[in-house]
Amino acid sequence: MSLELKLKLAHGNFELDIDQVFASQGVTAIYGPSGSGKTSVLRAIAGLDKSASGLIKFNNRIWQNGSEFIATHQRALAYVFQEPSLFEHMSVRANVEYGFNRVPPKQRIISSDEAIQALGICGLLDRDTQTLSGGEKQRVAIARALCSSPDLLLMDEPLSALDKRSKTEILPMLVALRDKLSMPIIYVSHSLNEVARLADHLVLMEQGRVIASGDIQSMLTQLDLSLAKDVDAESLVDAIVVAHDEQFELTYLDSSVGRFSVLRRPLAVGEKVRLLIAARDVSITRQQQQDTSILNIFPAIIEQIESVGTAQVTVRLKANNLPILARLTRKSAALMNLAVGDSVYLQAKSVAIL
Amino acid sequence: MFSESDITALLLTLKLAGISTLVLILFGTPLAWWLAKSAWRFKFLLEALLALPLVLPPTVLGFYLLVAFSPQSSIGHAFESIVGQPLAFSFTGLVVGSVIYSLPFVIQPLQNAFIAVGRRPLEVAATLRASPSDRFFSVVVPLAKPGFLSAAVLGFAHTLGEFGVVLMIGGNIPGETQVASIAIYEHVESMQLASAHWLSAALLLISFCLLVLVYAANPKARVLRL
Repeated sequence: MSLELKLKLAHGNFELDIDQVFASQGVTAIYGPSGSGKTSVLRAIAGLDKSASGLIKFNNRIWQNGSEFIATHQRALAYVFQEPSLFEHMSVRANVEYGFNRVPPKQRIISSDEAIQALGICGLLDRDTQTLSGGEKQRVAIARALCSSPDLLLMDEPLSALDKRSKTEILPMLVALRDKLSMPIIYVSHSLNEVARLADHLVLMEQGRVIASGDIQSMLTQLDLSLAKDVDAESLVDAIVVAHDEQFELTYLDSSVGRFSVLRRPLAVGEKVRLLIAARDVSITRQQQQDTSILNIFPAIIEQIESVGTAQVTVRLKANNLPILARLTRKSAALMNLAVGDSVYLQAKSVAIL
Repeated sequence: MFSESDITALLLTLKLAGISTLVLILFGTPLAWWLAKSAWRFKFLLEALLALPLVLPPTVLGFYLLVAFSPQSSIGHAFESIVGQPLAFSFTGLVVGSVIYSLPFVIQPLQNAFIAVGRRPLEVAATLRASPSDRFFSVVVPLAKPGFLSAAVLGFAHTLGEFGVVLMIGGNIPGETQVASIAIYEHVESMQLASAHWLSAALLLISFCLLVLVYAANPKARVLRL
């Protein structure tokens, strides 16, 4: 499976020009500021914007090439819009089954029950769409998209219009879907947090062009990119649950950085999780501290130092070859005389688990 | 109460309104859809042309139709050579006249309803594998239902009240072109005021019941609110 794009598009002053091959598995996030052309790319892939010219090839099937143009309904994709856009003249159940009924039975890879279960909308099925909350509507819209058994799922900032509670409710559902489904997902977002939690690959866009792309771990920690300069800059570590500490109510997780201790979570031993460490929660010491309350301390080597604004620096550390960011004040960096190549210890004050 | 000819006239009126409404919806729907979706730069010319029956005196429209229907004109001649009878002073001629006369009353609510549906529901349906015709019938028609209802009621009611055009192109042939409004006019002309009363009351009642039915069935819909 692969998605190949060579697209050009002009809308007034805005110009889009991209040449990109998307990963065939997992979630690829298209990340960038608003107006950078993320949605335009997604609409072109879906065939919703016919003014884009160029090539779109999915799984060796040409969707668009020159004057050749496969209509949207003949592309095996599904699209989740920023607004839920439910069909108001139909019940919730009819919405969910709209796409399902239009897919030949042999091509169905997801049953409507599975989708309903995954999004937790069982209790909403007989409701009128107008009585649902924003978060409920979007869950129905996602289930509706899944039910059309797409080979490619496109999501255009599906959480950005929702309140915080709905976001924290839906994001883990999306993470679970990512791990369960085989179809690639292209996820447009301008929220670094969503991207860090969900994406496997990242395509960074600015002013209609792709600035950089790669796997999420390295993209998050490249100091020359906007992601590492963000206030919410964070590093990502893949880990596996190894044990629970009954006495102190902690969970231990192993990663290539070392063993993490976090507050006990209802996770099964052997379960794979993603750890997120905010750059501002990481501090650096020259010697390994003994008299500290911080549990997560790992040896690392300073790889790069970059100023952020006037008072802060971001330090890119390599802990057993895994990149971790630390945000320090410029004063601390100067007092400690930090330099590239130094062996130090990183201390992570808090670690988020997904 | 009603003479036999009055009942014939009433039934003919309902038949004319019914058939005209059917034809109007069948032809008006694709036309209104095109008007709602097209970005053609000279679309306004067609829109102005289609709105003409709203402002023209029915006699003007009737006069031109009469000219077009005459066997000397190409339209009238073609119709007569195919069907074998002239278009003028025939029921078919009345249907053609009514359709043209009531077209804006059908086109405008439909066009507005189609615009109100917007692009998004159609895009969603397309990404869920619905073909263009599938999208039209499963999404546009149900969402534009109030528009269809307005269009049908207005088309029907407007044809029911038609007088000038009928007088010009249909004349007053009982059972063929003598509709209720013409029969009322004739009753008044010949001082049969009681008959005129009964027939007028019948038209009033039919129109009122029709509208009550529609408003009652769609309390929230924007029916007939032009």
